[in-house]
Amino acid sequence: MTDIERLPYDVVVIGAGGSGLRAAIEAREAGLRTAVISKSLFGKAHTVMAEGGCAAAMGNANPHDNWQVHFRDTMRGGKFLNNWRMAELHAKEAPDRVWELEAWGAVFDRTPDGKISQRNFGGHEYPRLAHVGDRTGLEMIRTLQQKVVALQQEDARQHGDPEARIKVFAETTVTRLVKDGERIAGAFGYIRENGRFVLFEAPAVILATGGIGKTFAVSSNSWEYTGDGHALALLAGAKLLNMEFVQFHPTHMVWPLSVRGLLVTESVRGDGGVLRNSEGKRFMFGYVPDVFRAQYAETEEEADRWYTDPDHNRRPPELLPRDEVARSINAEVKAGRGSPRGGVFLDIASRRPAEEILRRLPSMYHQFKELADVDITKEPMEVGPAQHYVMGGVEVDPDSAASSVPGLFAAGEVSGGMHGSNRLGGNSLSDLLVFGRRAGMGAVAYLDSLDEAGGRPAATDAALAAAQAEAIAPLERAGGENPYTVHSEVQQTMSDLVGIIRRESEIKTAIAELEKLRERAVQVSAEGGAAYNPGWHLALDLRNIMLIAACVAHAALERQESRGGHTRDDFPGMSPEWRKVNLIVALDGDRVVLRRQPMKPMRGDLLALFDRGELAKYLTEEELPPAGEEKS
Amino acid sequence: MGEKVTLKIWRGDAGQGELTDYRVEVNEGEVILDVLHRLQATQAGDLAVRWNCKAGKCGSCSMEINGRPRLACMTRMSTFDPAETITLTPMRTFPVIRDLVTDVSFNYAKAREIPSFTPDPSVKLGEFRMQQIDVNRSQEFRKCIECFLCQDTCHVIRDHPENERAFAGPRFLMRIAELEMHPADTADRREIAQDDFGLGYCNITKCCTEVCPESIKITDNALIPMKERVAGRKYDPLVWLGAKIGRRPRHDTPAVPGGKKS
Ligand SMILES: Cc1cc2nc3c(=O)[nH]c(=O)nc-3n(C[C@H](O)[C@H](O)[C@H](O)COP(=O)(O)OP(=O)(O)OC[C@H]3O[C@@H](n4cnc5c(N)ncnc54)[C@H](O)[C@@H]3O)c2cc1C
Ligand code: SF4
Ligand code: SF4
Ligand code: FES
Repeated sequence: MTDIERLPYDVVVIGAGGSGLRAAIEAREAGLRTAVISKSLFGKAHTVMAEGGCAAAMGNANPHDNWQVHFRDTMRGGKFLNNWRMAELHAKEAPDRVWELEAWGAVFDRTPDGKISQRNFGGHEYPRLAHVGDRTGLEMIRTLQQKVVALQQEDARQHGDPEARIKVFAETTVTRLVKDGERIAGAFGYIRENGRFVLFEAPAVILATGGIGKTFAVSSNSWEYTGDGHALALLAGAKLLNMEFVQFHPTHMVWPLSVRGLLVTESVRGDGGVLRNSEGKRFMFGYVPDVFRAQYAETEEEADRWYTDPDHNRRPPELLPRDEVARSINAEVKAGRGSPRGGVFLDIASRRPAEEILRRLPSMYHQFKELADVDITKEPMEVGPAQHYVMGGVEVDPDSAASSVPGLFAAGEVSGGMHGSNRLGGNSLSDLLVFGRRAGMGAVAYLDSLDEAGGRPAATDAALAAAQAEAIAPLERAGGENPYTVHSEVQQTMSDLVGIIRRESEIKTAIAELEKLRERAVQVSAEGGAAYNPGWHLALDLRNIMLIAACVAHAALERQESRGGHTRDDFPGMSPEWRKVNLIVALDGDRVVLRRQPMKPMRGDLLALFDRGELAKYLTEEELPPAGEEKS
Repeated sequence: MGEKVTLKIWRGDAGQGELTDYRVEVNEGEVILDVLHRLQATQAGDLAVRWNCKAGKCGSCSMEINGRPRLACMTRMSTFDPAETITLTPMRTFPVIRDLVTDVSFNYAKAREIPSFTPDPSVKLGEFRMQQIDVNRSQEFRKCIECFLCQDTCHVIRDHPENERAFAGPRFLMRIAELEMHPADTADRREIAQDDFGLGYCNITKCCTEVCPESIKITDNALIPMKERVAGRKYDPLVWLGAKIGRRPRHDTPAVPGGKKS
């Protein structure tokens, strides 16, 4: 074994996005020595890309809003497959988490009375998204980054060392979690700059690694999204749930090809933009599903009145949850009514004055102008769906974010359950804050219990040697295949065969293809040395990408219904029987195994927040509350 | 498939390096970063490039393109003459790690020396009230994606590493301005802006503003107003009087001592 640097900490947070930083702040404020690890530089994690806003029922824009309404919207958006306890905690705690950011220096857009402004978004009954123009993620990450700096300044004053209790290890990648028996003992990885190996020795590890976008060919996600946390959890013996649910957000740039997949924020629709097909028709009116009919407008006139008088009109169908809009666009394009470059038209130019567009959507204006020579104040955009988010993730305890492996926690996009089968826009940024904090608290409580029980777990030499051998293999292997080639084939396979619309025969083909690709993936080799070598990094990421692709494909094959981010051409309906089931993915050796796990029935007081009639669209007869106890 | 272009790319590490020629295909609508990715996938698997979002939002892909500090993901190939050789080099102000990637830790060290946001501790969660008009300026500065291109271009440090101790650079002088203009901040950073962060070194050439990919008016809206505020404080007899009768702090919030350690 070459030298492995050992770094002892109380808590190691893998990921420096919104959830990771929020978790680290919580652990550090409780006095624990905390390390934050990130593949990219500090302040550049994927959260920086979020645009539209952060959902929290503060009631600043509409006083009728409260946590119950937010909870209902979240459950509807997720088609009742959400872990209801997570949805409850999220709706209740989000406002405090947003206000906390303000106290740490975030500068949100304001209402006329000086409060935090809130905007409309798909699936949210009231204007609910705290935002800063269309760069909300940047504001969130910068604020959390600056809060970490403020804590470091405190330590500099108190201990003479800013990194005494919280240190950020940027451009460092974790490739394995190490255990001592059943318990987590630390995280093993390499430092990008020089390729040196490190072991973070810690009894508690919080996964905050984000999503899996780089499993697909067309995705709005950044380079970091190779499913690392999902894979690390599986390899450490934890379980994933809901992996069949992948969000295809409806509106992304479709041209030029090099930016295909670049997000066009939902705020364009929230602020008045409408979708049209090649015939100029607002086609979304034709796609309102039964479960949502009561809440959405039937005429253009009513829809347009809603922007100024939401209390007396129903919402425009362009603001249906994302899965509905994405499928509708897909159907229009398939029917030959798409735009010249294979999307549909998103028009805000004819609907709002140029100054207003520039003020409310500055990044969108900039993005289209710079990258496509399109002036969105004068012409419509061409947009289409792309992979955007994964609802599936590590199965956790809602209150503490603990996984089934002692010492392993997960928060943010890498965790599962909160969003059910489909996430509402704006509910991720709030999720990061609420459950990032809870994961930090969970780790603190776990450490307390360890100290009482006496003794911390320690990594074995054998585990370390294995982790190191695995990491170094692609560099030492000569003449293997190019990792870039294998990666692009995996992405194409997933996009073509396990994408927005799925069917049994195609998923089976995908599983067979992935099997073959996996054999190739373990034989890739990376030219060059260990210092800042992207070919080597990709070769290591491939293990995770392959594993996650297999999880998505297997779960997608198993679930024989269509719901949220999982649409089966061969099983188009939503089934109340399937609603009661979570598909749990685990690893047996190197094989993905699936198990059906019944959902816990929703608590009575939460069930009572819905009309019986609405519940009947989702639940089986036995699950419904007795007719007499119906909400009045 | 598109035409081929010639690139000269700096390859090497902290020790040494040289410009290496490549011929790569370019397709319609592509940016420099697309072409670098194609190079990695087909000819130079180990070419080091820092990037993340490919959307101009994270500020990772900063480099010098034909000598000009720019984001590789926002520089379109169509802005070059097809026959032109394009030269890509790492940011010159920062030490090279490998190829196009530099060590930007200088910036993180500076960030840690600036006294943080200091609200009135008696304001409760959710009770801040600020008008949009009063936060516009801070918001403009908070558009910063920390690409550090302004830091790279500023002549005070570009070829003068000896100034790095005394000068924080435009990005961090702007951060001070942002906090100073924040309606809910109560600290005073005017004296340290001058004494510890080197505001006086800036001779308002506006080169930083010119390279900012977020089009932030760094010089006009942050640096010049800060200079005016500092001058106001230095020469305003009322400040002195205020200090005497104890209504204003005698000194600024001090720069953070241990902040320099990395
Ligand atoms: C373009 C776009 C716009 C969006 N807009 C919105 C919006 O308006 N509102 C909203 O609510 N949501 C939005 N989302 C979704 C939201 O941004 C993400 O779900 C969220 O930011 C994920 O945050 P996170 O904390 O889970 O992880 P991230 O911010 O993705 O951070 C992951 C971190 O983990 C690190 N990491 C990963 N693997 C490893 C490893 N192996 N070793 C070490 N570190 C590792 C990464 O380097 C990074 O620091 C948007 C998403 C996209 C793509
Ligand atoms: S204006 Fe000042 S900070 Fe900006 S580049 Fe010129 S000298 Fe540097
Ligand atoms: S001010 Fe502009 S140029 Fe400077 S770091 Fe920020 S975004 Fe980059
Ligand atoms: S890759 Fe994020 S700004 Fe270029």
